Amino acid sequence: MTAHSLKVTIERGPDTWDVFDVPAYESQTVLDVVSWVQQNADPTLSYRFACRVGMCGSCAMMVNGVPRWTCRTHMSKVLKDNAVTIGPLRNLPVVKDLVVDMDPFFDKWVGAEGVHHGTLTRDDPIAPVDETSEARIEANAGIECINCSVCYAACDTVAGNPDYLGPAALQRAWTLLNDAKDEGRVAILDAVSGSGGCHNCHSMGSCTTYCPNDLDPMSAIAGLKRETAKSFFRRGR
Amino acid sequence: MRAAGITSRAHPLWLAYILHRLSGLGLALFLPVHFWILSLALTDPTRLDGFLALTDIGAVKLAEVGLVFLLAVHMFGGLRLMAMEWLPWTPPQKTLAAGATALSFLIATLFLMQAV
Repeated sequence: MTAHSLKVTIERGPDTWDVFDVPAYESQTVLDVVSWVQQNADPTLSYRFACRVGMCGSCAMMVNGVPRWTCRTHMSKVLKDNAVTIGPLRNLPVVKDLVVDMDPFFDKWVGAEGVHHGTLTRDDPIAPVDETSEARIEANAGIECINCSVCYAACDTVAGNPDYLGPAALQRAWTLLNDAKDEGRVAILDAVSGSGGCHNCHSMGSCTTYCPNDLDPMSAIAGLKRETAKSFFRRGR
Repeated sequence: MRAAGITSRAHPLWLAYILHRLSGLGLALFLPVHFWILSLALTDPTRLDGFLALTDIGAVKLAEVGLVFLLAVHMFGGLRLMAMEWLPWTPPQKTLAAGATALSFLIATLFLMQAV
């Protein structure tokens, strides 16, 4: 069973936090610790999770000030002096305890035209996708996003500008821009070149550094910067 | 305050960003004074000589080193940013390019120091 216990600090509000003694186990994840607290110490603790295997993107939290997917973050990786501090994701309104309102994040997903722009009907043949084309390789690089909002919480530009669409939404726009099946080029470039668009990005790189799936939103945003600039100069001609 | 501060900034890209930003602010503060003193060459040459005499002081020399550092950091920060955003290179290509540039400058600086 347990050899020792961990000192777990959980933020419960802007200025309040509780400290729990949680038994340590082998291969324990941060989500395991939060679940132990909720099941054994304080049933009023609110948090969100679903799949527990890093697919659904619902359990992200701030762990020692760094946004992480908690279900696949081992305690051994984050413990400092046998202690850890867990808080709600940054840059999103807190509903209660560790639960944040993800609406702004998903609204921006739509705001960046992160939706399918189809022109074909069910009667048309399926558009061919060349897996080896340059555009498809660009698109493939970003499609494994699980919408966990870790990049959004890591980004200082999001913190400084509430209108900024953020790394995840812009990366989605970039994958669609490179998708042979998507016909939304004009709408996407329009959406991502506005006041909250890709040109807000200062290339701080926190999105790419902390993405749990090793995606590279910063480079995707750089791609959008190039494409919006090219389209600006083409129209100016 | 929160129980844990934001520690998600402790990585090279963010540090490069903040260095670029702070050096830019430093230069923005310095440049108006710089141009004003240069303008004295036209309006009040004796006063300009007074300022130029200050450059013999050790502390001012040290400050000049700082200034050159700010300029260099800001210039390379800008080149880095432009290369990163405008050249869709892979990370290893960028590392190679940065390494090659650094090596070129090292050789050029060595050559310059031999010359003077």
